[in-house]
Amino acid sequence: MARINAGQRVRLVDTEGNEAVDTFFFNAEDPRERYSAVDTVRRQRNVYLTTGTELVSNEDRTLLTIVDDTCGRHDTLGGACASESNTVRYAHDRKFMHSCRDNFLLALLNWNEDFSKRDLGPNINFFMNVPLSADGGLRFADGISGPGKYVELVAHMDVLILISNCPQLNNPCSGFNPTPVEFLLWDA
Amino acid sequence: MPSNAFLLEERIPAGCHHALLLKRGYALRLTDLSGDGNVGLLAFNADERSERYNMADTLKAQHTHKLALGNVLYSDMGRPLLSIMGDSFGWHDTICGTTNAAMIEATYGLNDFQLARNGYYRNGRDGFLMELGRWGLGRRDLVPNANFFSTVTVDDEGNIGLSEASYQPGAWVELRAELNVLVILSTAPHPLREGPAAARTSEASRMPKPGLPYRTEARRHEHATATGNHSRRRPLHGPHQRRAAGAPRGYGRQ
Ligand SMILES: [Zn+2]
Repeated sequence: MARINAGQRVRLVDTEGNEAVDTFFFNAEDPRERYSAVDTVRRQRNVYLTTGTELVSNEDRTLLTIVDDTCGRHDTLGGACASESNTVRYAHDRKFMHSCRDNFLLALLNWNEDFSKRDLGPNINFFMNVPLSADGGLRFADGISGPGKYVELVAHMDVLILISNCPQLNNPCSGFNPTPVEFLLWDA
Repeated sequence: MPSNAFLLEERIPAGCHHALLLKRGYALRLTDLSGDGNVGLLAFNADERSERYNMADTLKAQHTHKLALGNVLYSDMGRPLLSIMGDSFGWHDTICGTTNAAMIEATYGLNDFQLARNGYYRNGRDGFLMELGRWGLGRRDLVPNANFFSTVTVDDEGNIGLSEASYQPGAWVELRAELNVLVILSTAPHPLREGPAAARTSEASRMPKPGLPYRTEARRHEHATATGNHSRRRPLHGPHQRRAAGAPRGYGRQ
């Protein structure tokens, strides 16, 4: 979790490629206002995130805009992995594997104990490839990212960024080999 | 299904909101009387309300972005809250959320309570919040809702659109509670609906008694189709169909 002030830029770099970076945002002054996947999709009439996408809050305001993207598209409908959904999707013995939900909850509660699970909603999965099909399907596909690809955003208001570099080993979202991502923040 | 099979029936006018406790094993049938309706739905474990419908987990666990017969609505704790036991419609949206006051005004014009009294144009966000507030919940609990009776398609580039297939007068869907579930409904227009909307009237809260076999209804439905007495998507409960014809008009058709 980190604070990004209005006007600052943030860049996430997929250093070794094929990573999934689960990311969520809050209005730093009023954390009840948070990133909303469905409002983002609805406003741009498109399910994939890329350059030009405005990341919209649950109050229908723009939190940040994606201003550069060398990957091409990012997911916002797949949500974060969790021991609960891993158990549903894969097997009961996956229950004790590390997950983005664990990372999210720990970071939130360490930041401020006023946060709880209720404050989480569907997040962004930068560099993750979740194609939707015309017949209503959705799947987790092999990544389209590569070493050194990055996405860059500019903040429209003071926000908190919550990041989990996905530790998922049950599907190809991290290439079955989670690798480091670089987080850069600067004054534009 | 004879009307006395329902424990409760309620007609929800266009744009309004409603909540009910659905005990485990009970079922809820929603019927879109006008064919132009949209029912936004949120669901919570009534006994532990931090457990709630989770759009992303529902989608990825079933490799789908539509809800239809046989799908379940998963909670964030990996448990089905509601199962779709019957569905004449076929493709319910999960990815567009709901409307807010500014969107409704931009789409339909200003028509507030001072102008229109109870005919004022309502929106999904406010309706959900008014209902969530009644149950001790609030903004933090307003997560992405499902939209029944609205079909949203996605093309190869990811562009989305509201499909004409959404217009199905009499379409119905039946949801069975797998836990004790707090169901919150909004009949505000779908957020992709453009221009003055047609009449929106949805009928909800029709709960068959527990243990009443769903298949009875299904067989009757097939029989009706086979004899040609009803069009495929017409509901069995004729009286409600007739009531719908005289139902008050929704936004844009006053
Ligand atoms: Zn993950």
